[in-house]
Amino acid sequence: MSAPADSVSPGSARAARYFIYGALLVFALVYLTPLYVMLTTSLKSLDEIRGGDMMALPVAPSLDAWFRAWGEACIGVTCGGIKGYFWNSLKMVVPAVAISTLLGALNGYVLTKWRFPGHKIVFGMMLFACFIPFQAVLIPMARVLGILGMSNSTAGLVLVHVIYGLGFTTLFFRNYYEAFPDELIKSAMIDGAGFFRIFWRILLPSSGPIIVVTVIYQFTNIWNDFLFGVSFASGEGAPMTVALNNLVSSSTGVKEYNVDMAAAVIAALPTLFVYIVAGRYFVRGLMAGAVKG
Amino acid sequence: MNGSSSAVAARPQAHRGLADRLRDGLPRLVLAPSFALILVFVYGFILWTLTLSFTTSKILPVYTFAGFDAYIRLWSQPNWHMALGNLAIFGVLYMTACIAIGLLLAILLDQRIRGEGVLRPIFLYPMALSFVVTGTAWKWFLNPGLGLENTMRNLGWESFTFDWLVNKDMAIYTIVIAGVWQASGFVMAMFLAGLRGIDSEIIKAAQIDGASTVSIYRRIILPLLRPVFLSALIVLAHMAIKSYDLVIALTGGGPGNATELPSTFMYSYTFTRNQMAVGSASAVMMLMGIAAIIVPYLYSELREKDR
Amino acid sequence: MLKKFAAGVALMALVAGSAHAAEEVEVLHWWTSGGEAAALNVLKDNLSGQGVGWKDMPVAGGSGVQAMTALRARVTAGDAPTAVQMLGFDIKDWSAMGVLGDLNELAQKENWDMVVPAALQEFSKHDGKWIAAPVNVHSTNWLWINKAAFDKAGGKAPESFDDLLKMLDAFKAQGIVPLAHGGQPWQDGTLWEAVVLSLGGMEFYQKAVVEADPAALGGDKMKEVFEAMSKLRAYFDPNFSGRDWNLSSAMVIEGKAGAQQMGDWAKGEFLRAGQKPGADFVCIRFPGTQGTVLFNSDQFVMFDIGSGDKRNAQLKMAAAVMDPAFQSSFNVVKGSVPARVDVADTAFDDCGKKGMQDLADASKTGNLAGSLAHGHAQPSGVKSAIFDVVTQHLNGQITTDEAVKRLPEAVAAAK
Repeated sequence: MSAPADSVSPGSARAARYFIYGALLVFALVYLTPLYVMLTTSLKSLDEIRGGDMMALPVAPSLDAWFRAWGEACIGVTCGGIKGYFWNSLKMVVPAVAISTLLGALNGYVLTKWRFPGHKIVFGMMLFACFIPFQAVLIPMARVLGILGMSNSTAGLVLVHVIYGLGFTTLFFRNYYEAFPDELIKSAMIDGAGFFRIFWRILLPSSGPIIVVTVIYQFTNIWNDFLFGVSFASGEGAPMTVALNNLVSSSTGVKEYNVDMAAAVIAALPTLFVYIVAGRYFVRGLMAGAVKG
Repeated sequence: MNGSSSAVAARPQAHRGLADRLRDGLPRLVLAPSFALILVFVYGFILWTLTLSFTTSKILPVYTFAGFDAYIRLWSQPNWHMALGNLAIFGVLYMTACIAIGLLLAILLDQRIRGEGVLRPIFLYPMALSFVVTGTAWKWFLNPGLGLENTMRNLGWESFTFDWLVNKDMAIYTIVIAGVWQASGFVMAMFLAGLRGIDSEIIKAAQIDGASTVSIYRRIILPLLRPVFLSALIVLAHMAIKSYDLVIALTGGGPGNATELPSTFMYSYTFTRNQMAVGSASAVMMLMGIAAIIVPYLYSELREKDR
Repeated sequence: MLKKFAAGVALMALVAGSAHAAEEVEVLHWWTSGGEAAALNVLKDNLSGQGVGWKDMPVAGGSGVQAMTALRARVTAGDAPTAVQMLGFDIKDWSAMGVLGDLNELAQKENWDMVVPAALQEFSKHDGKWIAAPVNVHSTNWLWINKAAFDKAGGKAPESFDDLLKMLDAFKAQGIVPLAHGGQPWQDGTLWEAVVLSLGGMEFYQKAVVEADPAALGGDKMKEVFEAMSKLRAYFDPNFSGRDWNLSSAMVIEGKAGAQQMGDWAKGEFLRAGQKPGADFVCIRFPGTQGTVLFNSDQFVMFDIGSGDKRNAQLKMAAAVMDPAFQSSFNVVKGSVPARVDVADTAFDDCGKKGMQDLADASKTGNLAGSLAHGHAQPSGVKSAIFDVVTQHLNGQITTDEAVKRLPEAVAAAK
């Protein structure tokens, strides 16, 4: 629905509108503050940061810190900026999101349209898996990765993220497909369509909204992960967040806040981009099923 | 829909050959790898953690049985009690504030607002950023000498004080503030989706009956949003229990250990204090706590679908 | 869809397969700051001169907290890095797990037994076998003072804890922050151990901290220590909580604060800011601890990585770490003193020379002890338990009486 239409006098209705816009504006400003601080700081010179006010606009904005963060800042003994780690993250996040989304879709499909005895227990167990604290699985996971020969590699990280994303992706797709009319499936079957054919031709084409939700969710979670990254892929294959932490925690004589902030914003760009571009579909996707328990 | 009978059962079952049986087994075959992964990497690891909690493990896992020793140690740690108390404060405030603000924003945004397309991503974007990214900015903002307090004083409000970050009694509330900032937009999106999903006919009928806007929200809309409340609570509870980056980025558990949470406790005992058994015991306690919330919810949800 | 999955797997394999140089060392460390990384580069260049590649594995933050997690994951996976920067009791814990390599052959050839002080060998050897190559010796009981503020306050170095309080009062009168402190558990612990040593002397430090004697931990002397901590707390600025140590150093450098209690690595910050010891800043032993030294030593622990090229590279690295020229050039940059006693002090500045002299003297007279805060007096569990009490007390979560009561309890629970 969209807001009950106003049934009151025009005057008070206008006052209410002002109030609504005012409140939204205040909230928006508050929510934007951290991003504003990060952005303005990254454009300031060090002297200005030290001497000035955190909230002030930069006097002489410069992209210098951005270039330094991207290509020159020192992390450990190498001074190549964070660009290499940016690609590391991409190499990890793309396969991990793709695989976990695909598996989630298939699982959701089976759990709603091809039910078997005990399907609820299976789903319940997969759902509970979402809630395991990641700190508890680090050591056994390391052992398994070692046995598989995937220790300290991007492939290992992909595997870890796929496994611990499965619960969420399955949940999203199951709830979405639950509302999908069975009649369509049945008539397709009568036409002789098989398991995968129905999935590819009927369900997947109408899964747009939920795919968007799942991809956004997985992409941000995996991109932002620090714990798995630092444990399973430190060194030159480290993801962005680990490199960022190394950069920010590094203590030179002068703490280069502008470079730290620029690096942080760069690290956040992909997820920000995804949210802003796909944000509209996000609510639509949630509407389409993910919210309904 | 009727959940207990699957669509596949509707197939004519006259000639069942090997190929047919294979086809019938296919769905389960497709699900099997995922389920196996979960079984091993979630439940297997939970069992392993449980085992470790009964051993004398310190720096690396060893398998010398020590009974409930780790649990006795755990519960005799003042740190653990502190962590539990903090989780209670943090959890309750965080969930309440996120739902209140999320719902308010959703209702406001749902008033046929111009510029909704601009506002919505503004409320949503914090969810896109990890605290590894925003931690420095937040720490800065909350630091009395550099951030908000300093800014307000520069603006001429000399007596303005905001030193929660470094105040042992208030630091946990800064964690709440940052946490709410991050998650409330997501909750808003859930409520917005819920609001948009409500049949407008019901609202129109109520308006014809002369109900005021407030009472329409109170009597009709909010009750209809019940499932959203539940989903939001579950999502938030899960984020509250897992909150880790948040604390590490903002306070590192300090001042003192005033912002220790079970997740940071578990990490530090397992990995920096070399008391892996105690760390595992705390993990088991956390899992039991999570199970106590989630299992009844799952049970009722999955039963409901059966009707 | 199977095809797609297969393609995904192939992609993963592609990503995973990365080239390996023939001889290469993989080094896990948390020396990511400018000066530290510069010091480490000396080693890297030295090794690349011998045809040994350097695979850097930096994990910053929290004096190695995350690094130890990463290490545990790697060792559990059976894929240990070549060498890991490590401190004190962590080395003992790891060597007890039987995952470290044996350096005895090299050590005998190069005669390490003769050139490394016994106090360090305690940590570099396990069951008579060399398992680590010590890089440096840091000392924690230093006080760093801004020279201008120091002169204004009378220019006389305080020699007792009470003198220190007088100097801090003088700083307060100058309108600067008297004592720059960063409120993180390890920094609180570093300050605390200096106070223990200052008020109780080496004998009390040995008894209370190294032996963890319950009577000493819960006695009257300890109460005095905690009372002294409360006094020092009054000289902090309100923003001390959670501040990194180098930012506190910066306050002293910029003249915003009078003094900082910190280990000798703080010198690196002063030097990089272009300051000269004696002219711009003053380094003294923490008042009341003259003639005694609390040390910690960074060591490169060598893990068991089998034989072959990796092992050869590992041995080359160990030899390079112990090379006197490297020990000199590294420690000049880092602010510490060499782990070998036979390194000439010519390249070092005044503070460095004093540090080397102090170490030699203290080692002779038995006034040398491991630093608690930096893992050379107790295992991590006990160390963290002491940190808990110290930091809670310093932040006013518990009273002095409670702290004295809780300290022996916490230590006993962590054993």
